[in-house]
Amino acid sequence: MKRREFIQTAAAGAVLPVLLNGFPVAAYGQDNALLAALVNATTQTDRVLVLVQLNGGNDGLNMVIPLDQYSGLMTARPDIAIPQAQVLTLTAQTGIHPAMTGIKSLYDSGKIGVVQSVGYPTPNFSHFRATDIWTSASDSNVTWTTGWAGRYLDGEYPGFPTGYPSTQNPDPLAITVGSVVSNCVQGPTVNMGMAIASTSSFYQLLTGTVDTAPNTPAGHELTFIRQVVQQTQVYTSAIQRAARAASNLSPMWPTAGQNTLADQLKIVAQLIAGGLQTRIYCVNLGGFDTHALQVPATGSTTTGTHATLLGKVSQAVEAFQDDLRRLGVQDRVVGMTFSEFGRRIKANSGKGTDHGAAAPLLVFGTSVNPRIHGQNVQVPLNAGVNDNVPMQYDFRSVYASILQDWFAVPAATLTTLFGRAFPYVPVLRAGVATGTAAAADLNVPNFSVYPNPVRERATIAFDAEGGHVQVLLFDSTGREVRRLVDRVLPRGPQQLPLDATTLAAGTYYCHAQEGPRLSARLVVVE
Amino acid sequence: MDRRAFLRKPASALTAPAAALAESAQQTNPPAETISPYANKTLPTLPRTNAGLTAYTGAWGAAQAAHLLRRCLFGPTRAQIAAAAGSTLTAVLNGLLTAPAAPAPPLNVSATDTSVPIGQTWVTQAFDQNFEGVRRSSLRAWWLGQLLADGTLQGKMWLFWHNHFVIELADINDARYGYHYAELLRGQALGNAKQLCKDVTVAPAMLRYLNGNQSTATAPNENYGRELLELFTVGKGPLISPGNYTNYTEADVQAAARVLTGWRDNATTIAGYYTASRHDTTVKQFSGAFQNQAIPNGGDQEYKTLVDMIFGQAETARFLVRKLYRWFVYYVIDATTEQNIIQPLATQLQQNGFNVGPVLRTLLASEHFFDVVNVGCYIKSPLDFSLGLLRQLEVAQPTSANVAQQYSVWDYFNSLTNLQQQYLGDPPNVAGWPAYWQTPQFNELWINAVTLPRRNQVSDALLTTTGVTRSGFLLIIDPVAWVQSLPAATAQDPNLLIQAFVDVLMPFALTATQLAFLNDALLPGLPDFEWTDEWNQYLAAPTNVAKKNAVATKLRALLKTMLSQAEYQLS
Repeated sequence: MKRREFIQTAAAGAVLPVLLNGFPVAAYGQDNALLAALVNATTQTDRVLVLVQLNGGNDGLNMVIPLDQYSGLMTARPDIAIPQAQVLTLTAQTGIHPAMTGIKSLYDSGKIGVVQSVGYPTPNFSHFRATDIWTSASDSNVTWTTGWAGRYLDGEYPGFPTGYPSTQNPDPLAITVGSVVSNCVQGPTVNMGMAIASTSSFYQLLTGTVDTAPNTPAGHELTFIRQVVQQTQVYTSAIQRAARAASNLSPMWPTAGQNTLADQLKIVAQLIAGGLQTRIYCVNLGGFDTHALQVPATGSTTTGTHATLLGKVSQAVEAFQDDLRRLGVQDRVVGMTFSEFGRRIKANSGKGTDHGAAAPLLVFGTSVNPRIHGQNVQVPLNAGVNDNVPMQYDFRSVYASILQDWFAVPAATLTTLFGRAFPYVPVLRAGVATGTAAAADLNVPNFSVYPNPVRERATIAFDAEGGHVQVLLFDSTGREVRRLVDRVLPRGPQQLPLDATTLAAGTYYCHAQEGPRLSARLVVVE
Repeated sequence: MDRRAFLRKPASALTAPAAALAESAQQTNPPAETISPYANKTLPTLPRTNAGLTAYTGAWGAAQAAHLLRRCLFGPTRAQIAAAAGSTLTAVLNGLLTAPAAPAPPLNVSATDTSVPIGQTWVTQAFDQNFEGVRRSSLRAWWLGQLLADGTLQGKMWLFWHNHFVIELADINDARYGYHYAELLRGQALGNAKQLCKDVTVAPAMLRYLNGNQSTATAPNENYGRELLELFTVGKGPLISPGNYTNYTEADVQAAARVLTGWRDNATTIAGYYTASRHDTTVKQFSGAFQNQAIPNGGDQEYKTLVDMIFGQAETARFLVRKLYRWFVYYVIDATTEQNIIQPLATQLQQNGFNVGPVLRTLLASEHFFDVVNVGCYIKSPLDFSLGLLRQLEVAQPTSANVAQQYSVWDYFNSLTNLQQQYLGDPPNVAGWPAYWQTPQFNELWINAVTLPRRNQVSDALLTTTGVTRSGFLLIIDPVAWVQSLPAATAQDPNLLIQAFVDVLMPFALTATQLAFLNDALLPGLPDFEWTDEWNQYLAAPTNVAKKNAVATKLRALLKTMLSQAEYQLS
């Protein structure tokens, strides 16, 4: 194992301050069992993280819509706001763009989490700089040249690319589906990822070009060099093998060429199902820089440029989840969207929006905590042209929480990766982090709350396994308001009554937990 | 070429300890792959052109100027292409064929060599094995530095003659001889081939390299005589009878060897010298390949008679012209090219007494040279690639005010081209780099699964935000400065600036698909106007590090994509 050799060599040389999870390796002898354990500690995981970059700055206020802010919203952006009646409701207070029916459906089935108003202090309004901040996870006033996921992978696979691929690590550490490898996975010395554009045409995959060389001496030499380029992509055969081993199964995938994000995620699903051990995939969809005409010049604001883009995101993610389920790998995958910034609260005169600050992001997968994190954006009643959405969550909180829960990265390492500690956000479900079982086995079986919305009384149903069961009700801020059961229940179907007559109208989360199994449902009290 | 490998002296016995490290790295780590499985199995038979040597009178613009300069220089800069495009073909060739003034000799930059202070030249000092390694490095660095700075055809032709009249510094083991040899080649780089052949024949480096210094009347050494005929002049034709290679015979090799007896090298004067008592004074009879000419005893002038006789053969001029053609145009010489290009150029070369400059002018000003079929088909050598990278992307270089840095940077690039399988001063054997003679692969020998990643590593290293530091000097591609030197309207338009990079870096126009791909590398998912906005924001606050980094990151991504394209390996 090259990683081991690397560290042992370094330890034997005793010149490098090699730290392993904070421990100086040189302090241990080469034959020390603890060291042996440590150097073999590249985290064993088959989990995959998919990063969906929405290039250009997504207008978050038209994606995740605060239903309780409509007067301010209609004042600030009368030309572009979505009519309230057409918003797809996620909760009583919060809705989503009507083009995102797939996201709505996934939310209802517990596979979408929404994190409100994600950003960072002192936002930067330059696309390039803001993208660098989001991909490097630096502070606004600091330039880091490595990507956050690249630093994580570099810690997991020291010395990359020397000695890679290897028997232990035969596959790419990260893959960008697209033309340019993502800066998210830029390591300290090399980018930890490779860019592929297609699994079928390796000519296109590796050069990004599809134009065949002409039948001339120059074309002859060009073809020769391209063949060597392909040959030198050390992961070509691994990717080809994975691509051959699985085929996409979902009928929901759109026709190729109609939705580039779907086309990319389709490749990701195929490679995951094909057994590729790659941990991080980066995909992207451009066009979110909607300064003008993000809605049609005439006609419904629910259509047009931004609606089309959000529709693509929705369609792509829904098809991706459906495919992952059919391929039997859905519990191994979580994804998140991000964009370099949101847009201004107030629309400009061209039916568009200018560069803004914080914006919501989506996390998706069977392992996500299917709730809305944080509060609705408070829209001023008379928003000025420079009014921005303030951040509620630092984007690094989201990154760090995902790394912690999904890849079991210790807190000390997180602090190293991000320069300091950031507050934890439970974007993944409790139990996912510690459980070795698949997320499906972490569900409380047949958990449901009905009727929902609740007027006075509801029933909470689930199957108990014969262990200690806890059923709690939280309000939208996370405060516990009711403890419905907290004791051992006999194995078998259970029904608990919920008396809602004393609860204020609003959104609640009902969590049911038995051992490592946990399920949550949104409960709306009217 | 087992015979030559056998004839080579074991380097270990000759190499100074100081140099052993560098040399052994080269020799004990043979690349896993030396010939790509994708390289030619047979010579390509793609259509060539019927265009001949008629003077090119077609369009003259940046594309034509760039084609000419790419083949004549180690990577023309944007400014050089623009200047040439604004001039005329004739004027540009006038400039290219005007050799620059002789450079100052290589300097001592190592405390190891105590014969002279640092910063002074060692080339006239006494030989000392303890200093040989650092002097050889100094010579190699100096040589590369001259090629890097050259703006004329002298550089390319200097390397051509090095690849033609090969010596290996590791074999001759005297850097002073090496300098003498290098200066000899440089002085005649655009000059007279026949005179150069005569001078090389009695140069101390060659006398030592091919054992002429051991050749006496009683024990003539055939090594130089054989290579003179086989590789340096008339070339080996088909074997038409035992010992008869059409253009010469084994007996001719022996006769030539006897002509050359009596010469030795003098390590004090750094010169070849003649000792009459070691010379074979009998008449040397040559075969029908040389019209049965006989060379009587001519003492220390006899070698000139031999060279004149060989250069009197029409095949010698053709042999040289074919090599020039492969150096400047393409490696495939079909029957049409032989008839339309090689023979007329050979006639011109012979008729003008073997002055190379006019022949190069004819070739490089011809319809044939500018035919689209001959554009972009030349695979860059490691020196083309590495020096071209520095020149085209205008990587700042240390100046002569700090020779330690200067030589350190040049030395570093020698180590890089060595890893790419081209080590200035040490071609792999007397035949030169096989990329110029090994059929059917030729240029394709430069590129394989080992060398291509090494090329990419060079460009990747210079493209990082930290660059490469040598002796305290930072080598780094500064894409922001490069773009800033463009006209303002070009710099702020993403597609125009991409085209500006393409015009310098790529050997021919890219397709619309490729240009769109590059646009996406620069501006992923963003409209073009955002580049204009971000660029102008940087220009408005040029000292704002964040704004500079914002555009620099994007330009690096663009360049990384461009430099990893197969097209960038072509010239």
